Amino acid sequence: MSTFFRELRISIVATVIFALLCSGVYPVVIWGLSQILFPRLANGSLVEGNDLTIVGSDLIAQGFSGAKYFHPRPSDAGTGYDATNSGASNLGPTSQKLIDTVKQNVADYRRENGLADNVPVPADAVTASASGLDPHISPENARLQAARVARERHLSPDAVNAAIQRATDRPLFGFLGGQPGVNVLRLNLALDGMTEHPQTTRKRNPSTDYVDYTDLKASGS
Amino acid sequence: MNNAQGWLELIIYTVVLWAVTKPLGLWVTAVLDPNGKTFLDPAVRPLERLTYRIFGIRPEKEQGWLSYAFSILMFSAVTMLFTYALLRLQAALPLNPQKLPAVADHLAFNTAASFTTNTNWQSYAGESTMSYLSQMLALALHNFLSAAVGIAVAAAIVRGIARHTVATVGNFWVDLVRIHYYLLIPICVVYALFLVSQGMVQNFKPYDTAKVIEPQKVQVQKKDDAGNPVKDAQGNPVMEEQTVDSQTIVEGPMASQIAIKMLGTNGGGYTNANAAHPFENPTPLSNFVQMLSIFAIPSALTYYLGRATRNQRHGWTVWAAMTIMFLAGVLVCWWAEAAGNPLLNGLGIDPAGGNMEGKEVRFGIFDSALFATITTDASCGAVNAMHDSFTPLGGLVPMVNIQLGELIFGGVGAGLYDMLVFIVLAVFIAGLMVGRTPEYLGKKIEAYDVKMATFAILLMAFSMLGFSAYACVTPWGQAGLNNNGPHGLSEILYAYSSCTGNNGSAFAGLTAAPANGDPHYDITLGLATLIGRFGMIIPALALAGSLGRKKLIPAGPGTFPVTGPLFVVLVIGTIVLVGALTFFPALSLAPILEHFLMHSGKLF
Repeated sequence: MSTFFRELRISIVATVIFALLCSGVYPVVIWGLSQILFPRLANGSLVEGNDLTIVGSDLIAQGFSGAKYFHPRPSDAGTGYDATNSGASNLGPTSQKLIDTVKQNVADYRRENGLADNVPVPADAVTASASGLDPHISPENARLQAARVARERHLSPDAVNAAIQRATDRPLFGFLGGQPGVNVLRLNLALDGMTEHPQTTRKRNPSTDYVDYTDLKASGS
Repeated sequence: MNNAQGWLELIIYTVVLWAVTKPLGLWVTAVLDPNGKTFLDPAVRPLERLTYRIFGIRPEKEQGWLSYAFSILMFSAVTMLFTYALLRLQAALPLNPQKLPAVADHLAFNTAASFTTNTNWQSYAGESTMSYLSQMLALALHNFLSAAVGIAVAAAIVRGIARHTVATVGNFWVDLVRIHYYLLIPICVVYALFLVSQGMVQNFKPYDTAKVIEPQKVQVQKKDDAGNPVKDAQGNPVMEEQTVDSQTIVEGPMASQIAIKMLGTNGGGYTNANAAHPFENPTPLSNFVQMLSIFAIPSALTYYLGRATRNQRHGWTVWAAMTIMFLAGVLVCWWAEAAGNPLLNGLGIDPAGGNMEGKEVRFGIFDSALFATITTDASCGAVNAMHDSFTPLGGLVPMVNIQLGELIFGGVGAGLYDMLVFIVLAVFIAGLMVGRTPEYLGKKIEAYDVKMATFAILLMAFSMLGFSAYACVTPWGQAGLNNNGPHGLSEILYAYSSCTGNNGSAFAGLTAAPANGDPHYDITLGLATLIGRFGMIIPALALAGSLGRKKLIPAGPGTFPVTGPLFVVLVIGTIVLVGALTFFPALSLAPILEHFLMHSGKLF
C-alpha cells in the first residue's frame, strides 16, 4: 500500500510540474517571442480594408460568387467558408452524392466561364477542399477564370494574368512540400485596388493593434 | 506537381530523415542515460535535480519491470482523470473567450482516454468545442506526457535487451523528466517559432470577425423558435436564404500545441480540419517540416537501439526494414490518388489533376499521399487531406499501415517497442524453421517471451476487428456512417483500427458523437485506445524484464544474424504475414471490394 500512495503522490506532483512547464511557461514563451518576431503572422495574417476594418485573413478562403471576382474552391465548412467549422465533405469515391455534386459543379463552372463542353475542368475547381478554407486555386483554374474577370472589369487579359502571377504562392525550389497555388483573396483584393499589404499601408502598429490580454479582459473572461 | 518532382521530393525526404537519424539518435542516447551529458546541462541540470527533490525520488534507484509498469499506469490514470475533470468543468474555468460550454461526459471520457494514450482521436471539432485552457492544459499537456511515456517504454525495453542478468529496466520518473527537459521541450521551442514564421497563429485574443468583401447568399435549414428544424408536409427540411456578411477567424495558442502534436506523434488537431487547415499547416514548407518531425524521433530511436545494444548494424537494419515498408506504402498511395476516381474523371474533370476531393491545393496529390502514409506509419494521426475521400486503394494504405501495428518508424517509442515485439516473433519463427533455439542479440527467446509478444499482437487484432464487428451489427454503429456500401464498413474498420493503434486519424465522415447524444461510439472507441496502449505497453515491459534477467550467450556459427538483407526480409515477411492473415478478410469486404465496384460504376 505504501508503494501505491507513494506513486500516487509522485504522479500528482509530476502532473502539476509538467502542467506548469508544458501548458504554462512553454506556450507563453512562444506567445511572447512570436508576438515580437512575427506579430502579423502570429495574429492570423489579417487583412484590413481602407477603413482599417478587418476584411479577412490571407490564409483563410472567403466566399466569392460574383462574375468580377475569382472564385475559390467549393467549401463544406459549415454553410461554406465558415472559419469556425473547418471541414470536408468526407464523401467516399463511390458516393452518389459526391458524383451529383461534382457533376453540378462542372456544369456551373463551364457556364460561368463560357467553356465548351469538351474543355476539361481543373479538378480543384469542382471538388471540395479538405479544410473548406483552402485559400488557393490551381494556376490552371485561375487561367480559365481570367477571361471572365478581365471582361467584367474591363481590364486587359495581361493585367489580370500579371495579378495572378503576383498572387501565386510557390513552394521552396518549386516543389518541396507541395505545389504552387493562387491566393484567391489576395488576388481579388488586388483587383479591387485595395492593397492588401498592411506592412506598407497600415497606419497602426501591428504589435499593438490587438493587445491580447486587454481584449480578453474586455470580453469578460 | 509532375512525377519527377514527386520522386525528387521522396528522395530528399528519405535522405534528410537518414541524415538526422544519427545526430538525433546520439542526442536521444544521452537523454536516456541518466548520467548522459548534453550541452544543455549547465542550464537544465539544476532544474532536473530540483524536480527529483520535489518528486522525492532518488534518481539512481532503478525499478524492475513491474514497478516501472505500475508507475506508468498510476501516472496515466492521474493525468487522464485530470483531463476529464478539466473538460467537464470547462464552462466554469478561465481562458474561455468564446464561452464554450462543458464537454459532455462520454465525450470527455473519450477525449481523456484518447489523449492519455497518444491517440488523439477527436470526436469533436476543436475550434467550436475546446476553450484555450482546455486546448493548452487538458489536451496539449498530454501531447507531451504521452509522447514521453512512449519513449520511456522504448528505453526500458532497449535496456532489457542490452543488459544481462539484471532485474531492473530503469527509473520511470527519471526517464520522464529527462525526456521532457532535454528532448521534447527544447525542440518544441524552436519548432513552434518556425511554425509561426510560416503563418501559424499564437495568441490569446478572442476570435476575430472579418467583414467579408462580397457577402454571400446561402441556403440554410429553417429552424423554429425552439431551434428544431422545420419540415414540410413531405418531411423534407425547409430551407431559407441567409446572407453571410462576416467571417469569424479562429485564433489562439496554436503553434505551441502543433509543435508537440507533430513531434510527439500525437496528431490531435487544434481545428477540425487538422493539418489541412491553413492555420495549422500554412505553407508547403511547414508541411515538409511537419512530415519530417513525425518520423524524426522514431527514426532516431532505431539508432539508439543499435547504440545501446552495441550493434549499430542491427539498428540500421531495423531502420532499413522500416524505410522499405514506408516507401512501398507511399508509392501505392501516390499512384492511386494520382490516377484519381474514374467516376469523377468521366464527368469532364481533367484527369491530370488526380483525386482532389478532400485535398488542399497547396499540398496537391503527392504531398497529401506522402503525409497520409507517414502519419499512419507512425501513430501520429494528423491529416493534411481527408482520408475518407481517398480512392479505395489510396485509403487502403493508411488503414493497412495502422493495422500492421504502426511500426514503420511508428509512434515515438511506441513504434520501436511494437517493432521489437515483432522482431521477437520473427526470430522465433526463424528458429523454428532451422530447428534451433531462437536467439536475439545473445538472449535465448523462450516460451514466456513469445507468449508476451503473441498476446500483445492478438489483443490488438481482437480490439480492431471485435469492436468493428460489434458496431457493424448495431443501430448506433450504422447511424454514425456518412457513406453507404463498402465505404461505410471502411469508416467503421478505420475508426477502431485507428483508436486501437493509438493513431487517431479517421475516415472523418463517421459521426462518433451524434447530436442525439448516443454514447456508444465514444465509449467503445475510448476503450479501444486504452486496450491498444496498455495492452501493448505491459507485455512489452514484461518482455523487457524477462530479457534483462537472461544470461548472455556468445554468438556461435549457428546464430541467426540480426543484420543484413536476410533479416530485413524475415522481419517484413513476419509483419506482412501476420497482418495479411488477420485483416485480409475484412479489407476485402471494404476497400478492395469498393475498388472493383468503383471501376464498374456502382454508386451508393
